[in-house]
Amino acid sequence: MTGIFLTDPITLSVAIPALGALLIALGSRSPNLRETMTLLTATALAVNVYALLPDVLAGGRPATAWFSILPGIEMAFRIEPLGMLFAAVASLLWIVNSVYSIGYMRGNREHKQTRFYVCFALAIAATMGIAFAGNLLTLFFFYEALTLVTYPLVTHKGNDEARKAGRVYLGILIGTSIGFQLLAILWVYASTGSGTFSDGGLIANSFTGAPVGLLLILFIYGIGKAAVMPVHRWLPAAMVAPTPVSALLHAVAVVKAGVFSVIKVAVYVFGLDLLAREASADWLFYAAAFTVIAASIVALRQDNLKRRLAYSTISQLSYVVLAVSIYNPIALAGAAIHIAAHAFGKITLFFAAGSIYTAGHKTEISQLDGIGKRMPITMIAFAIGSFSMIGLPLTAGFVSKWYMLSGAYAAQHYLAIAVIVVSTLLNAAYFLPVIHAAFFRKESAESAAHPHGEAPLPILLALVTTASLTVALFLYPDPAIALAKMLAGI
Amino acid sequence: MNPLLANIVGHFPILQVVVPLVSAPLLSLLAFLRIRGLAWIVATLVSLITTVIAASLLASVWGGKVISYEVGGWAAPWGIEYRIDTLGALLLLIVASISTVTLVYGRSSVLQEIPEDRHPLFYTAWMLCVAGLLGMAVTGDAFNVFVFLEISSLSSYVLIAAGKRRESLTAAYRYLILGTIGATFFLIGVGLVYMMTGTLNIADMAEKIVAVRDTRAIKAAAAFLTVGLALKFALFPLHLWLPGAYTFAPSTVSAFLAATATKVSIYVLLRFDFIIFGQATPVAGLHFSQFLMPLSLAAIFAGSIAAVFQTNLKRLLAYSSVAQIGYIVLGISFANEDGLTGGIVHMFNHAATKGALFMAVGAMVYRLGSAELHDLRGLGRRMPLTAFSFFLGGISLIGVPFTAGFISKWYLISAALDDGNWPIAVLLLLSSLIAVIYIWRVIEVFYFTPPPDGAKTREAPAVMLAMVVLMAAATVYFGLDTRLSVGAANEAARILLSGGLL
Repeated sequence: MTGIFLTDPITLSVAIPALGALLIALGSRSPNLRETMTLLTATALAVNVYALLPDVLAGGRPATAWFSILPGIEMAFRIEPLGMLFAAVASLLWIVNSVYSIGYMRGNREHKQTRFYVCFALAIAATMGIAFAGNLLTLFFFYEALTLVTYPLVTHKGNDEARKAGRVYLGILIGTSIGFQLLAILWVYASTGSGTFSDGGLIANSFTGAPVGLLLILFIYGIGKAAVMPVHRWLPAAMVAPTPVSALLHAVAVVKAGVFSVIKVAVYVFGLDLLAREASADWLFYAAAFTVIAASIVALRQDNLKRRLAYSTISQLSYVVLAVSIYNPIALAGAAIHIAAHAFGKITLFFAAGSIYTAGHKTEISQLDGIGKRMPITMIAFAIGSFSMIGLPLTAGFVSKWYMLSGAYAAQHYLAIAVIVVSTLLNAAYFLPVIHAAFFRKESAESAAHPHGEAPLPILLALVTTASLTVALFLYPDPAIALAKMLAGI
Repeated sequence: MNPLLANIVGHFPILQVVVPLVSAPLLSLLAFLRIRGLAWIVATLVSLITTVIAASLLASVWGGKVISYEVGGWAAPWGIEYRIDTLGALLLLIVASISTVTLVYGRSSVLQEIPEDRHPLFYTAWMLCVAGLLGMAVTGDAFNVFVFLEISSLSSYVLIAAGKRRESLTAAYRYLILGTIGATFFLIGVGLVYMMTGTLNIADMAEKIVAVRDTRAIKAAAAFLTVGLALKFALFPLHLWLPGAYTFAPSTVSAFLAATATKVSIYVLLRFDFIIFGQATPVAGLHFSQFLMPLSLAAIFAGSIAAVFQTNLKRLLAYSSVAQIGYIVLGISFANEDGLTGGIVHMFNHAATKGALFMAVGAMVYRLGSAELHDLRGLGRRMPLTAFSFFLGGISLIGVPFTAGFISKWYLISAALDDGNWPIAVLLLLSSLIAVIYIWRVIEVFYFTPPPDGAKTREAPAVMLAMVVLMAAATVYFGLDTRLSVGAANEAARILLSGGLL
């Protein structure tokens, strides 16, 4: 079937936020109307995406193709378990984030709010395209689109610092994607005549030896959004953006689009068997392990809260890459679950950072002594998010880490186990002091002179929701685990 | 079909040239009669008729057929033969349709940029230029090519000199000098081949050259022809006339020439290199066109890097054209099917893309009187549709998937990879990155820089704007529907590789 049909749920997943962007732009005169549009669009998208879930869980693989431009080159979509998981997480969190954005943007009297909401909706449309992409070129197209539409969000402040950060953001993401990823894609097309994601691996039978490792290098560093060092610099730079952007885009949509693409390429282009077989693909583990540890050490030294969260994100993203690089199905399931687990936990942390900024205008960790008394809800949510990052039981982070460790154990990859354990300690070392300071230290004289309460209600509402989701994913992980196991074939 | 109509259709090959050629003196008569308002209408109508003829010719050669037409009933090789294959017909369609679109687009712009009493003469030069370009694509006679080349060149010097600023004259003069050298070299080349083969008919030359193919005279002829044509299509480092000419010409002329003129000269090179010299092997078993590869790569990088540093948008696009010509020639220099398809399809795609970009800039100049980036701040708010059209053209230049530019790059890179020519594939991607930089600089000025205080600008007049949007839409359309562009280019590539003797 070729053609764009608006009755098709896959097409709708991209079309709803895209049309929503239009409606939001039209509603620019009335903020209330505009925000209603955002919430309505977000809800409609989530309903549409979740309606697909039962079919995919039952083994269905809905597919559609929009158009074909040359033989073998088409814009096509196919939903597989990983894409379903990613879309479900992103569409759910968009609703929560919209509520949060309304509180944050109004609370801080930000300028150009219409542009903000429009770009946000477009970013979600691109994310849906990435999640459901059926071939490499479609994935690449939406991957680039996501970079472009998030640029105005990153540079929202419009000052020189923001623009400079924006250049780093674009330069690294577009540079790596055109320089490496597109080259890799063209290589795959040139040797197989197709770029369609296939169960068992598209190139599993046509590549052997050193080219496998080389192609993997091109893909991993071409997918700059996965932030494997040294192509991670865009992520801390992007932290100049308003907090809701950091929250949804740099905890969920953008960075997860990166690691999602890594898993997708590893599973459906290379095939896990090929990667496990070829010694030339072994380097990935060391690159990921280095990033996990190094980013954690850098995070330790950051006083700015958002920067610490940014480096924590880099480290957590490489957990996913690390789990893939064990080349074991159980660890792969852990990688997939970690996409959801980290999303819920990290968005909570960013929400909390934004809440602190909105209520108390504090951005540094050293200013947070005793803030737990003034903002108990925010800081409890922060604690839950932190526990999930560390991987403590009762939070989602535990589930994914469990699978990763089981996979590493099954593959007898003891070095991987060591890396995960060390990094867990590091995670604890940079999150627990924040919580300790917030609840058990006395407020500084300067902070006491500027009393403040909790952030506005929409912010708290969003914060509590994502913190609850973090716990809920631990208590009811079945759908996520089911999708992850389908992906891994176990 | 009724017999009269069938008779007329039979004469389409000559009418393709005669209609615009005859309209030229009629237009200058209008100047004499002082009916200036009519000039635009006549020129546009004639251009439209020319487009219909071109489309009909392309339809009749589709599928690898060749039309051979004997001018005045004198049989080739004694008489002049007009010979149209898929490649020629594709060029005809590009020239005629771009001429029509830019004429419709350019009415307001010409009214603003050119004194009204010169309008009939301006359109006279325009139609001569169109006739010359079409003639080069249609004729099967080497000397006839030279005649049409000169017609189009002389008229384009006039068109460029019609620009408002005094620099237009210098730019036109510089083009005149270099263009004349180019045409002279071309003529020397044709003369040498004529001396060796005794014929001017291209198809006949291709047969007769076999006997003398390893002579020094033929090698010299190839060198003269290539250098002469390279001057005309501005292959680096012979591109010096181009940036000035495109910058200072009237907006409409820039759009028309940038989209068409260089491509026709490349087309002539294709005919000579593949159909005539393709029968000879110069050195080490290489094809003549393969010598152009280093130059084309140099053009891609020199043009793109120069574009990054421009502050005038028209000049930026002109340097980007130098790079894009590099892509076309690179495709040709592979001398294989994918490469040629990529090169030829890029002629088509680049015509649409650069046409759209220059037209968008023309609309900006119309409203703001300037193409300096500094004056275009905040254009995304001031002229949203024009700015967006520029964005679409820009991403096509970069080669973003599902735009026309992507199709060209896809074939070029496939050709490089099939050849096992890794470094070229990497270089092509690197050059795309440079394109990202120079396009992004403009996008940043348009969308992320506040407009100057008190600047209130409207969109260009409706017709002008509509044409800009139409061309921008075409760059996306031909990125999705490739039946016409890739279909014709691929067929043309196969014809050329088989020596044009289907």
